[in-house]
This record gives sequence, C-alpha cells and structure tokens, in this order.
Amino acid sequence: MNINLTLFGQMVTFAIFVWFCMKFVWPVIIGAMEERQQKIADGLDAADRAMRDLEAAKSEATDQMKEAKQEAAGIVDQANKRANQIVDEAKVLAVAEGDRLKVAAEAEIEQEINRAKEELRSRVAGLAIAGAEKILEASIDDKANRALVDKLATQL
Amino acid sequence: MSGENPASTTEYIQHHLQNLVYGKLPAGFERHTENGVEVLGADTWTMAHGASEAAAMGFMAVHVDSMAWSIGLGVLFCWLFRRAAVRATTGVPSGMLNFIEMIVEFIDGSVKDSFHGRNKMVAPLALTIFVWIFLMNLMDLLPVDLVPKLMGLAGVGYQKIVPSTDPNITMGMALGVFILMIYYNIKIKGTGFIKELTMHPFNHWAFIPINLFMELVGLLAKPFSLGLRLFGNMYAGEMIFILIAMMFAAGAGTGLVFGGLNAQLFGTETNGAFWLVIFVLVCGVCWMNLKGKISTGRTVLLTLGLLTIGGGVFALGGGLMQWGWAIFHILVITLQAFIFMVLTIVYLSMAHEEDH
Repeated sequence: MNINLTLFGQMVTFAIFVWFCMKFVWPVIIGAMEERQQKIADGLDAADRAMRDLEAAKSEATDQMKEAKQEAAGIVDQANKRANQIVDEAKVLAVAEGDRLKVAAEAEIEQEINRAKEELRSRVAGLAIAGAEKILEASIDDKANRALVDKLATQL
Repeated sequence: MSGENPASTTEYIQHHLQNLVYGKLPAGFERHTENGVEVLGADTWTMAHGASEAAAMGFMAVHVDSMAWSIGLGVLFCWLFRRAAVRATTGVPSGMLNFIEMIVEFIDGSVKDSFHGRNKMVAPLALTIFVWIFLMNLMDLLPVDLVPKLMGLAGVGYQKIVPSTDPNITMGMALGVFILMIYYNIKIKGTGFIKELTMHPFNHWAFIPINLFMELVGLLAKPFSLGLRLFGNMYAGEMIFILIAMMFAAGAGTGLVFGGLNAQLFGTETNGAFWLVIFVLVCGVCWMNLKGKISTGRTVLLTLGLLTIGGGVFALGGGLMQWGWAIFHILVITLQAFIFMVLTIVYLSMAHEEDH
C-alpha cells in the first residue's frame, strides 16, 4: 500500500505506451477511418448524381415517347386521309368505266336490234310472198311481185 | 481459502492485499527465515517475504506484480490496436476491426467534445488511458483466488493481479497527466500561467499570496483526485470480492460429500486445490453443454452433482454473489476508466485555454 518506485515505473511505462499509441496506432486507424468516410461520402454523392441523371434520362425518354406518339398519330391520320382519297378516286374511275361500258353495251344492243329488224323485214317479205302464192294459187310472176312486196316490207 | 477462524480470515485478507515486492532491505535488518533470524550485513536487493519486509524496504521497492500486469496489459492493448491499425483498410471493416474502430471513434468523439485546442497527443493519450485502465480494471473480474492460488502453486507467494488497486499505478498515471498539464500550461500560456496562478480569482497585487495558495491547491488537487478516485473505487471493489470469497470460502472448500468423507477418514479439512478441480470440472461441463455435446438436463444434473461433491450450496451462493457483484462491477470499471479519460481531456483542455 506504500508509495515506492513503482510510481515512477508506471509513469515511464505510461509515457512509452502513449508514445507508441501516438506514433503507430492512432494516426493509422484514424487515417483509414477518415479515408473511408471520404470514400463513402463520394459514393453517396455519386449515387445522388446517378439518381439525378436517371431522373433526367427518364423525363427525356418520356418527352421523346410523347413526340413519337404524336408523330405516329400524324402518320396514321395522313394514311387514313390518303386511303380515303384513293377510295374516292377509285369510285370515280369505277363510275366512269361503268358509264363507258354501258354506252358500249347500248350501242351494241342498238346494232343487234337493227339487224333483227332487217332480218324480220326480209323474212316477212318472204312469208308475205308465200302467203300470197298460196292465196292466189296461181303462179304469179315472182319477179313482178317481188318489187311490190319489198316496197311493202319497207313500210313495216 | 480456508478462512475458518478470525486469525486466518485476517491473514487471508492481508495476503490478498499484499503485493509481490522486490526492493532493497536496509543493512541491519533482521530477516526471519526458515533457518532462524538472519541479520543483513549490507543493503540487499531481494524479494520481500511478507508484509513486514515489504514495509522495511520503504520507497526503494517495486511492486513486481503490479508492474508486470500493468505492462502486460499495456502490451496487450498495443498489440490489439496495432494489429487493427495494420489491418485497417478503407474498404469494409469486419470483426475485431469494427470493435476497435468503434472504440477509437468513441474516444475521438469525446476528445472533440471537450478538447478545443490543437494537439495531436490528446486523442492517443485518451485512447491509451481508457483502454489500458479498462483492461487493468478488468482483471478485477477474474475470480479473486484463481491467479494467486495458481501463482502460489507455482511458488510465488503474493500476487495482486489488479494493477489499478495499487495507488502507485493510479498515481503514476495521474502524475503523468499532471506533468503534461504543467508542460502545456507553460508552453501555451507562458507568463500567462504565472499570472493565472497569482492574479486569479482576485485581480489585485495585495491578494497574490491568497491567490497563489488557492490556485496551487486547486492545481494539485487535480492529479490527486484523478489518481485516488480510481484507486479508491477499484480497491473497494476488490475488497468486496475478497469479502464475498471469504464468507463462502469455507463452505466452498469443504464439499457436502467429499468434505464429510475427508473429515471422517483423515480428520482434515479439504483444501482449496480440490475446490479448483471442481471449479474446472463445472466449467468443463458448462463448456460441453455450450458446444452441444451434452443435453441441458444432464448438464444441470452433473453440475449439481459436482457441486454437492465439491462446494455444494455454499459455493453456489458464493458464486452467485460474486457473479452479481461482478456484473455490477462491469459498470464500475468502465465508468472509472471513462472518468479518468474525460478528466484528463478536460484538464489538458484547460491547460490549452488562455481565458480561464
């Protein structure tokens, strides 16, 4: 319990350990810790920046998407309009063609009618002559009456 | 161990409070040895055999046990922290390094809170003080009889394993801090320090003697309160461990079964070494349980059996009380280490501040 040389022994030991700690322990650990702190801070900064970049990229992408959609809508509109136009044109063409065909068909029909009339006339003339032959039962000069009957037939 | 009668009880306590001393016995000292009384012809440096020889050595002596444990623990501190320092990376820390960094950060925070000067020494000083004192105090939690008993078996008569229950150790550190205080006071303030001592608190030349007296008392009170606070707390704590150990030692030494047998057969009491064997066995059983080798039920049975053979209920009671006090003491040792550190920082901070 008495004070003795141990006191000075402890003082010297104390000094040595403090010196050791100051020289080889504290600066190294604190240095490493501060460096790590810096690193973490940098990392967080980078993460923040990345987040902001991401945000910006997202909004840009949204803008582009909107633009593209508008463009697409425009293109579809145009296409629809064009399609309608084509259909209208086609309709007009078809009507014209139809008319043309109708006219041609009518002309042909007219022709046919005329030909039929011609034939009918000639047949009627023959029939009339044959009928007259039978009625008269006499031989009439075919040549003399022919002109007469033809004249009749034209009046039909 | 066997503290049955008052005489041996006193002996037991005294034995526990006696350091292992190496010192100079003065010429003419009468040494009581096994061969009778031997009168020393000249000053002799030797190990003290007992308290009277230690007392005769006076100032010229060294507490070998205190010094050895203190240096050993200091080296442990340096080794642990140096290892951490070598392994410290800027990457992800793990395991032990985490723990060390936690302590370092805690110390750094404490220093930054109370010390505002610029000094590269204060933080490492605080770290050394905190960890070293904590380790020294921690020795208090080892069972009081364990190391002295083992050392006794190895032939070393005395062993105090808690350096901070030695006033030499605590005052040594406090004086170290005191020297630093004086040094920085003079270095930072120069003549301002003398002015502070003489012109404070009454700023008039006529009051110089009174000021000087008051300031010097205040200054000297710092290292003394610092060293003696730690010493007192640790000494009292150690004392309570010893008292608990003593109260239950008799029962612990004499087991219910074995002690009875021993007394019947040989008419002697069981000695402490037997208790040590039981202690180790119980520890072994608990260890096996922890490792999952034996079931908990069997562990309880085995422990109870061992305790019945060995220390029995007394050992259990003593063990529980030691346990309880030890748990409370964990708080005390940490707190004392922390207080010593904080006061050191505050004193040094005061030495660095011009305005008082």
